[in-house]
Amino acid sequence: MSRLLRQPMIVAGGVLLVAVIVASAAAPWLVAADPIKPVFGQRLQPPRGLGGAAGHPLGTDNLGRDILARLLYGGRISLVLAASAVALAAGAGVVIGLAAGLVGGRLDALVMRLADVQLAFPVIMLAIAIVAVVGTSPAALVSVLALSGWVLYARTVRAAVLTIRRLDYVEAARTLGAGDLRVVAVHILPNTLAPILVLGSSQFATMVLLESGLSFLGLGLQPPQPSWGLMLAEGRDYLSNAWWLATVPGIAISLVVLGANLLGDGLRDLLDPRLRQ
Amino acid sequence: MRSYLVTRIWQSAVTLVGVSILVFVILRVVPGDPAKMLLPEGAPQSAVDELNRHLGLREPLWVQYGIFLRSVVRGDFGQSFQYRSPALRVVVERVPATIQLALTAMALTVLVGVSIGIVAAVRQGSAYDYAGTVLAVLGQSLPNFWLGIMLMLLFGVTLRWLPTSGFHGWQSLVLPSVTLAAFPTALVARLTRSSLLEILGQEYIRTGRAKGLGEPRVVLRHALKNATIPLLTVLGLQIGTLLGGAVITESIFAWPGMGKLVVDAIFFRDFPVVQTILILSATIFVVINLLVDLLYTVIDPRIRYG
Repeated sequence: MSRLLRQPMIVAGGVLLVAVIVASAAAPWLVAADPIKPVFGQRLQPPRGLGGAAGHPLGTDNLGRDILARLLYGGRISLVLAASAVALAAGAGVVIGLAAGLVGGRLDALVMRLADVQLAFPVIMLAIAIVAVVGTSPAALVSVLALSGWVLYARTVRAAVLTIRRLDYVEAARTLGAGDLRVVAVHILPNTLAPILVLGSSQFATMVLLESGLSFLGLGLQPPQPSWGLMLAEGRDYLSNAWWLATVPGIAISLVVLGANLLGDGLRDLLDPRLRQ
Repeated sequence: MRSYLVTRIWQSAVTLVGVSILVFVILRVVPGDPAKMLLPEGAPQSAVDELNRHLGLREPLWVQYGIFLRSVVRGDFGQSFQYRSPALRVVVERVPATIQLALTAMALTVLVGVSIGIVAAVRQGSAYDYAGTVLAVLGQSLPNFWLGIMLMLLFGVTLRWLPTSGFHGWQSLVLPSVTLAAFPTALVARLTRSSLLEILGQEYIRTGRAKGLGEPRVVLRHALKNATIPLLTVLGLQIGTLLGGAVITESIFAWPGMGKLVVDAIFFRDFPVVQTILILSATIFVVINLLVDLLYTVIDPRIRYG
């Protein structure tokens, strides 16, 4: 634990992420304004320091809704979607990777070719096509994001299985009568946890970017939902007279992505013995 | 060498077949009634029947796939309903704009990314190194759709130096290509730095210095040359990032390329065009990465004979 706290990147990334998560989770207690209901009398008010009213610290949008409220409630949706997508991708990827590495042969070849096919599509294009066919429900969104993410885990776990299963201590365990399941659960999985953690952390950043990118294009969450990507898209039409509309949600996305990236990089440095000094 | 080539070409062919199966499944099997999707809304029943017959939609799935594959290989991707002409022609007309944008972004990525990486590695721990790292982390964290809008706000709306949309001369290319290049540039800068640092610690670099080679020669000729393989791999994979990023960048800046076309096509429910773009972009990606792998054999004799 103390080694963890001596890593500036992990601390900075962790603090950033925790701050955003706590603020989003506490949204109903932090802001009184409704994130969805329009208040037409209060359209496009600037943030507080720029001549706006005290009631709206970050100003209001084109429908008079409080931007801080939309930001915090939007954070709830974005973070939950991204976290679910990472969990689903990691779960599926680990199982597929284990199976490919342990069974080998045709299954392995099939999985690796599937991974190639998956990687051949720019994620966002694949996501666009799928969302266009199955619709823009949150469940569809999570599945699309997970579909784009499983390959990383599958490849990593497969490679780990192939290396670890040949090591002496695994041989020894087998000689002592340990079955496949025991070898996987006790000897192989724990050794793949570190890279999975690193991947998951960096991928959380990618998922937040993808979800907000899709919502920005109009293919993710739909209005009047408070989504960061959607807020950015709505703000784009008001660049010349209300620049804060597009600026604020972008800062929120950047902070989350920055936090997750820093955490991922820090964890990688910490857990990869080759990089440890 | 022969077997490496044959394996890679075989793998690429298999991947392309997989690509066609995936597109087939997404656009033909998932929707339930593809004829409704592949025809404009309000198409007469006779047109639905005709398309069902043409695509063999009453046949078993594998027969349908065979018909699909045959028409794709022939270049028949159906009619775009938005433009009322063959989907392939509609897409191909937009390809040059995307290539222009992607190549400019790629050039920026290599020039800026590799330079930042070299300076950071050679002056490890200096202010340059930290500045480079901060820039790289930012480049990887700023969403490109936001970066694009902020550049637009600053240089287009506020300063009025550059056009914010459309396709008129080199000035229009500046903001979209910078937006598109930000992420891969950051990646390349970090990779160049870390591979160079690893290589600069090797024995033969010490030998080079010991025999009196100047520092620029050691870094540029001996070290950088050995960093090209990981760099090429990452650049090859970035083709996907550029094609994907083009979707968002082109939409922001109204750049008339494939990326804007695919988003427009989705909203018009112009599935023949969507299908064409999916297959075309995946093919571009697979072919370029195959070429990158073949290039290794030219650069690194160990791969050729190994």
